[in-house]
Amino acid sequence: MASSAIASSSSPFINKVQKDVGLSTFSSQPSFSLHTAKKRNSRKITCVMAPQQTERKPATSGSVKTAMTMTEKILARASEKPMLSPGENVWVNVDVLMTHDVCGPGTFGIFKKEFGQNAKVWDREKIVIIPDHYIFTTDDRANRNVDICRDFSMEQNIKYFYDIKDLGNFKVELLVFLDELVANPDYKGVCHVALAQEGHCRPGEVLLGTDSHTCTAGAFGQFATGIGNTDAGFVLGAGKLLLKVPPTLRFVMDGEMPDYLLAKDLILQIIGEISVSGATYKAMEFVGSTVESLTMEERMTLCNMVVEAGGKNGVVPADSTTYKYLEDKTSTPYEAVFSDDQARFLSQYRFDVSKLEPLVAKPHSPDNRALARECKDVKIDRVYIGSCTGGKTEDFLAAAKVFLASGRKVKVPTFLVPATQKVWMDVYSLPVPGSGGKTCSQIFEEAGCDTPASPSCGACLGGPKDTYARLNEPQAILTPTDIASIPVKVCVSTTNRNFPGRMGHKEGQIYLASPYTAAASALTGFVTDPREFLR
Amino acid sequence: MAASSSIRTYIPTPPFLSPRTPQSSLSSSLKLTSPHFSPSSKPLLLSSPLSSPLPLRAAATSTPSPNTPTTTFHGLCYVVGDNIDTDQIIPAEYLTLVPSNPDEYKKLGSYALIGLPAAEYPTRFIAPDETTSKYSILIAGDNFGCGSSREHAPVALGAAGVTAVVAESYARIFFRNSVATGEVYPLESEVRVCEACRTGDVVTIELGLGRLINHTTGKDYGLKPIGDAGPVIEAGGIFAYARKAGMIPSLAA
Repeated sequence: MASSAIASSSSPFINKVQKDVGLSTFSSQPSFSLHTAKKRNSRKITCVMAPQQTERKPATSGSVKTAMTMTEKILARASEKPMLSPGENVWVNVDVLMTHDVCGPGTFGIFKKEFGQNAKVWDREKIVIIPDHYIFTTDDRANRNVDICRDFSMEQNIKYFYDIKDLGNFKVELLVFLDELVANPDYKGVCHVALAQEGHCRPGEVLLGTDSHTCTAGAFGQFATGIGNTDAGFVLGAGKLLLKVPPTLRFVMDGEMPDYLLAKDLILQIIGEISVSGATYKAMEFVGSTVESLTMEERMTLCNMVVEAGGKNGVVPADSTTYKYLEDKTSTPYEAVFSDDQARFLSQYRFDVSKLEPLVAKPHSPDNRALARECKDVKIDRVYIGSCTGGKTEDFLAAAKVFLASGRKVKVPTFLVPATQKVWMDVYSLPVPGSGGKTCSQIFEEAGCDTPASPSCGACLGGPKDTYARLNEPQAILTPTDIASIPVKVCVSTTNRNFPGRMGHKEGQIYLASPYTAAASALTGFVTDPREFLR
Repeated sequence: MAASSSIRTYIPTPPFLSPRTPQSSLSSSLKLTSPHFSPSSKPLLLSSPLSSPLPLRAAATSTPSPNTPTTTFHGLCYVVGDNIDTDQIIPAEYLTLVPSNPDEYKKLGSYALIGLPAAEYPTRFIAPDETTSKYSILIAGDNFGCGSSREHAPVALGAAGVTAVVAESYARIFFRNSVATGEVYPLESEVRVCEACRTGDVVTIELGLGRLINHTTGKDYGLKPIGDAGPVIEAGGIFAYARKAGMIPSLAA
């Protein structure tokens, strides 16, 4: 008998879908609706709407009797259970495990210790290793850790290892060989953005990563969460992990998004509402007409910061925007799942987005919410635009839009760190709408920003002392190249955390903001509501 | 029975007042079994995770059986507030240290809690010129260990000599990493003890009874049951739990 679409990864139903045959068997069942991604050329990408549980008779399905949230459904499929409830502990099959240069070496150490020196990983094609944290540094241990990632990838024949070979002059090489990228053809940059750009984020799947912002991938309607080295070492060998099913908080965001707001404002609004522990152990599901109108990159911003509310994962239901983004990025079949109408949510929050204003999170907590305009007297020392949260192509386009609208120059050092090589290329090649064909890089240069730096996690989390744009202790001797090391206190940043010491200096005061607000603040030298320039 | 006696750590006299050294391990060093990782400097008293009933199970029940061994942590406590994130526990510049490398494990410990702002925490967790802490019990407020998923955080605390953390609540990943690594016991208090205890107070945790006793103030407080993490901790961490369940094969000798 047919099992539910979400029941088992090995169920005959799913196999048939993957082969794009046998659909008629199910088309007679009104509870299933099947649609493919809008553009028909993506024949390999097939999406299956989850059955409406209310229409299903338990007697006929023999399995699903209770409505579930999409997070519960994903975990049910991955644990080969017909249904799950919040609080259950289940062994979950992992579709993708991601690690990077900071946690990879420790993870590999645990893997070898536990599974044996000659052990092989569970699936060389399901592991993605992305050096991104401490790349452009002279720190010996940091460089060694990238070497450890490379050695492990070679030894295990890891299919997706995005290597960086030339740590020294990435930027120079890029400028010289803009269309060839000779220096580092495989290097990507910030893992969460690279995962999406390289097609590793797919609806309905389980993605685990040794980084708390792994939750970013929930934007694709998948279950994605951060884990530690020991858990990751376990997954490397076993391909599964014991996870507790989280209850879901639902955030319904309706209303037309004002053109001075970005997804960063929405998530700062939510975190301010529920606090930095308001979603601890919980899933956060984002729905509503506003969310539907968001691009994939904006949805990634939304899900990226669920961990700042303590959330285990964030999810946005997949839709035509998702399928379109994935069209040219993956040939792996996937099936999206959706929350049932009768699914139980722990609580539901509603926001009328049309009434929101640009926000910041004041030091030293992401839930320390304030209106940007309330902070207009806060003098700032620098602006930082970058990271998995605020260093994507659209984030730089947004910043460029503000600079373009103002026609002015920045009043404080403004540091730009594209998340990935792809973003870096976009900054140097995509025309900014309404600019007469100028690229972001040209607009940034005219506005007096620092030259966009080599893609990496950069100063978002401080890092080694020589990290570009890190908030550092006072330097004895300042050379021109030390410009980014000038001791500063107050930074407006498009990143995700503003705990003490997060960007280096413990005295540093970090205001988290959208790229609009960050760019507007750079232009005035104070925390500034972007409406000053966008209207 | 040998297994129970091996996990009995109650020390009647207070040698815990002296700085922690490898030799003084009995004072306060009972750890979760950490099958994957046992740096030589940190003795693990629980040598047989699969056969020995760990006392945390007793902590998870309100009526410990008479046979339950008394598991006790003694020591000086260090008190922090709410929302201590992992950047404050171990700042990112030290994340180049690989926890599974024994030398770097120790080094990580020497930086534990170095990210706490000096103005709010004039008494440092690790004294200048020391590499471990004299405080073996950490007391915290709400949402301890929030932020980054770095496993370096519980590892640094464990390497510095912390045996248990008593917080009002934990961020999910820190709690999980504490259980998975066995570096520190992540215990939750029933009340807000971070405002009732002060750095330097002498405290005892009676796991079996679920109590935190502050000898300096003479007060004691209830601890919450460990909950779903109990079976995993009882087995000795995620690897031992999985082997017990037949999920992964036993490690070849």
